[in-house]
Amino acid sequence: MAVAEDNAPSEGRAPSPFWTIARRDSLAGFLFIAPQLVGIVTFVLIPLGLVFWYSLHEWNVLAGTFTYTGTQNYRMLVEDGSLVEVLGTTAVFSAGLVIFNMSLALLLAVLLNQKLAGITVFRTLFFSPVVVSLVAWTIVWGFLLQKNGGINGVLQVFGIEGPNWLRGEVTAMISVIAVQVFKNVGLNMVLFLAALQGVPNELYEAARIDGAPRFKQFRRITLPLISPTILLTSIITIVGSLQVFAQIAVLTQGGPGLSTTVLVYYLYQQAFQFHFFGYGSTLSILLFVIVAVLTFAQWQMRKRIVFHEN
Amino acid sequence: MKTEIPPRLKLALYGLLCVLLIPFVFPTWWMVTSSVKPISDIFAFPPQLLPQSYDWSTYSRVFELQPFVRQYWNSAYIAALVTAGTMILSSMAGYAFARIRFPFANTIFMVVLLGLLIPSEVTIVPLFQMFLKAGMVNTHWPLILVPIFGAPSVFATFVMRQFFVTLPVELEEAARVDGLGRFKIFRKIALPLARPALASVAIFTFLHSWNLYLEPIVFLSSADKFTLPQALTQYVDAYGGPMWNIQLAAATLTALPVLIVFIIAQKQFVEGLAHTGLKG
Repeated sequence: MAVAEDNAPSEGRAPSPFWTIARRDSLAGFLFIAPQLVGIVTFVLIPLGLVFWYSLHEWNVLAGTFTYTGTQNYRMLVEDGSLVEVLGTTAVFSAGLVIFNMSLALLLAVLLNQKLAGITVFRTLFFSPVVVSLVAWTIVWGFLLQKNGGINGVLQVFGIEGPNWLRGEVTAMISVIAVQVFKNVGLNMVLFLAALQGVPNELYEAARIDGAPRFKQFRRITLPLISPTILLTSIITIVGSLQVFAQIAVLTQGGPGLSTTVLVYYLYQQAFQFHFFGYGSTLSILLFVIVAVLTFAQWQMRKRIVFHEN
Repeated sequence: MKTEIPPRLKLALYGLLCVLLIPFVFPTWWMVTSSVKPISDIFAFPPQLLPQSYDWSTYSRVFELQPFVRQYWNSAYIAALVTAGTMILSSMAGYAFARIRFPFANTIFMVVLLGLLIPSEVTIVPLFQMFLKAGMVNTHWPLILVPIFGAPSVFATFVMRQFFVTLPVELEEAARVDGLGRFKIFRKIALPLARPALASVAIFTFLHSWNLYLEPIVFLSSADKFTLPQALTQYVDAYGGPMWNIQLAAATLTALPVLIVFIIAQKQFVEGLAHTGLKG
């Protein structure tokens, strides 16, 4: 920052013919963005190039060999029977997470948008898991979800025999989705709440005069007006769901079988547990393509479904 | 939707909210109370909502089994550095992209935004190799440098840019006429006005660093280097089974301070996150 001051002549001096205002501005602009640009090149773009380069190689870390094998890793990708299952798991996990997260966030936002005494206390409490350390939150849930843990204890009080949540394929999936949703739904909730509060009251009044029932008001006024927020949060939530790692690592280690092994966890196992760096890199490319395609598709959808831009 | 609500509906709403609240509040309650139960009571039936007897020794075991103070410090100083660094870098870059006209500004902005498309998980393999070559594996450098300069900072820059775009230009033009340089305008005029946006950048950057898990377990291998999320999972017995009450005590020590800060400053937290950047 000090550099910016030294290099750009101060305005007090008589302006030299070279340092016009435009040139001075350009220099300042470059200096302001330089650290970030250098950082993106060093820690994002070069690694992205490298990961593609690695993906074309067979890389045995223990033997110290690094041989060019062209598209062999990509053929392996197609033939990898586990990967099919992993992608299925990832799809179920992400879809379940996004649907559950968005609908719960919307429900909570609508409820918290009512005129009730003490509503901010509720808002704070619903939001509080967002600030609880992720692994701490996951550990407590792991504890609650044990066969003889708190959840089954409560169920038993009502005479229900609970399952061993983390050991059944379906219940393990439900568990990891639920743990993640309850942790982070507060973020989407406050974004929706802000959007709801931005809907002009006159619209509802007009609708009431016309005799539109509440549900219709919600469908015809609220939803279209908050659709930009819905789109944005759904992009963030989907991309976020593809990055979920800690919860899986702590709760299920991807099990039972491969039933909760999402792509990021599989990538971690291949690269850092089995030391298949080449194949791990190929999986990274796959993850990148999925994120890029999903983001692009949702951005395109904006033109069709989002009612109002600005 | 803001109309007066009939009392009976009000009661139903409160009831619904309280039921919905259970999965959000109960885990934290259960974490704190179970951390002081003796090991024989933590799986007791019926579940004890309040401990029947107390065993505070779990908390001393937390510090005996691992260098927990050191690990706490690791997480805290890394998060503090990352937060400060990200605030400085993202506000400068965000300001430049919003305000200063320079060649290729839009192209560079698109390049930077690419970072949003490339989560750090995608580049973890080459990053590991790069830091290995630089002799920085099993140090905290990767956990500090990558978040400040890499993909996670892009979101912060985006939020700052969206904020500066909405600031009235007139404020700065007056200062330019008075002969202030770009950096001074940024420091003295734009930055003080950007406090709400900076606050939300600070909050999510801190939480992101505080919660980081994949990167620590990839980069760090010795217990005195561990960060808290990684340390919490290390309280296991000889068979690899979790020592629940000690894990919960460590989890409580990890979670409570941030939770308390949040409750004190909750208005800034929630509104900061809701009202900046993301709406644009």
